[in-house]
Order: sequence, then C-alpha cells, then structure tokens
Amino acid sequence: MIQPDWIMGLLGGLMIGCAASMYLLINGNIMGASGIVGGLFETVDRTKWIERASFVVGLVVLPGIVAVMTGKTETNLTTNLVVVAFAGLLVGLGARMANGCTSGHGICGISRLSIRGIMATVFYLFAGGVSVLVFRHIWGII
Amino acid sequence: MRNIFAFLTGSLFGVGLLVSGMTNVSKVQGWLDIFGEWDPTLAFVLGGAIIPMAIAWRVAARRPASVCGSPFPGAASKQIGLNLVLGSFLFGAGWGLAGLCPGPSLASLSFDGVGGVVFLATMTAGLLIALPIKNRIDRFSVQPVAGN
Repeated sequence: MIQPDWIMGLLGGLMIGCAASMYLLINGNIMGASGIVGGLFETVDRTKWIERASFVVGLVVLPGIVAVMTGKTETNLTTNLVVVAFAGLLVGLGARMANGCTSGHGICGISRLSIRGIMATVFYLFAGGVSVLVFRHIWGII
Repeated sequence: MRNIFAFLTGSLFGVGLLVSGMTNVSKVQGWLDIFGEWDPTLAFVLGGAIIPMAIAWRVAARRPASVCGSPFPGAASKQIGLNLVLGSFLFGAGWGLAGLCPGPSLASLSFDGVGGVVFLATMTAGLLIALPIKNRIDRFSVQPVAGN
C-alpha cells in the first residue's frame, strides 16, 4: 500500500499556513504555539488571556474530534515516561529561551525571512538530528 | 470576535497538524533520522505552511492594522543571542527525543494517553522556569561587567 504521505504533508502544511495567516491578518498576532501557551501563565490583560485560551481550546478539541472520526489516533509516542518527561522539559525550556518553536520561528519567522527564525530553525533541526542519532542509534532508548 | 477567530485559528492549525501527520511522532523522528530510514514528509509540511504565510506577511505590510484593529507585529529582531542559540539546541534535543513540539503536543493531547499529559506538564514547567534563566543570560551577555 502506497501512502501519499507527502501530499497529506503538503495539504496539512497549507492548512497550518492558512491558520498562521488568519492569526496575523485578522488578530494581528504571530501564531507561535510555545508563546501562546507560555503566555497563559503570565500576568497579562484579560482580553489577551481569553484570546490565547480560545486558541488553545481550538487546538486541543478539533483535532481530537477529527482524529476519532477518521481513526488517525496513532501517535507512536514512547511509553517510557521518564524519556517523555525529560523531552517535555527540554522542549519547554528551549522554546521559551529561544523565544519560539517550530511554529513561531519555523513557519512565521522563515516566511518573513527573519534571520533569527532561520538561525533558530537551523540550530534546532541540527540538534534534533543529533538527538535522534544519539538516543536511537547509539544509545538505543527510543 | 477576536476570540472566535483565535479559536478557529487554533482549530485549523490543529487539524493541519493531524492531516500532515505531525501528531505521529514517528514521522517527526523519521524526518530527523537522517542516518536511518529518512522520512521527507516534514519538509512538505514546512514548505506548505510557509507559502501562505509569506503571502500573508506581504499583505500585512501594505495594511495599517489587522482586521480586528490591533497593530501588526513590529519588524523582526536581528540579534542572534546566546538565548536563541542555546534555547534552539535544547528545544531540538527534546524534539528529537520524544518527537513532539508544543503545537502537536496540544493537538494530540486527547488521544495521546498518559505520555501526552506528562509531556504537556513538563513542557509547561519548562516554559515557566525558562523566563528567569533567560533574563539572567540576557543580563550576563549584554552587560558582562555591569554590577547589580
């Protein structure tokens, strides 16, 4: 069975890009997942908080419904909770220090040729590649 | 109004992540696994997302404000500081280790079991402890000899 994964990737990517475009043109914000989630824990004005919370609710609820309807609930996340916990900590810490993650730097940054966005993406892709090399092929824990 | 569109944006973003396969960590780790069975899907996802967004930035440049009236984000900073470099390395290491980043971790929360909840909890902890660390590094690297 040949899965046209790249077509689904492109289609999903276009949806993600349209979402980011909507958030910029309609709400005037950069769609960065780490910034939006982190912002929920900061003392900001109420309007901003509700806007961010609305985004997060949509991001959690709708893919959940669609995943159950289409049976696309396969995640393959490792069952080793120590690995998951450590990875989560690194992702949260790193994204906030760098002021952005895959959505903020990768999509919103690169698309306006921001040098910070491009450099961040180069660095985290490199680190991700090294991480998989070390933890999968050398250490063998994932 | 803003909140309805924020909800719709989050929903579209999440469904896009699901459709593209980014909630499946083996696709993400497959992309990063250049020494194993390399999976190029993520390049199409990133490329597909950048195209509409590049157009959106051009549209934004010609408009005074967003539809809701709030101003557009200012020009991107050009400063590559220690926080950006170190943070991106830590982020990438964690991303490779679990195959999850902030967007997909939320999109798959409802069907990712205990692991998904644990990831979100420690990621949130990471987001919170990052701020004091970041400020300290900024102070240290911007004014290395300045006193308190």
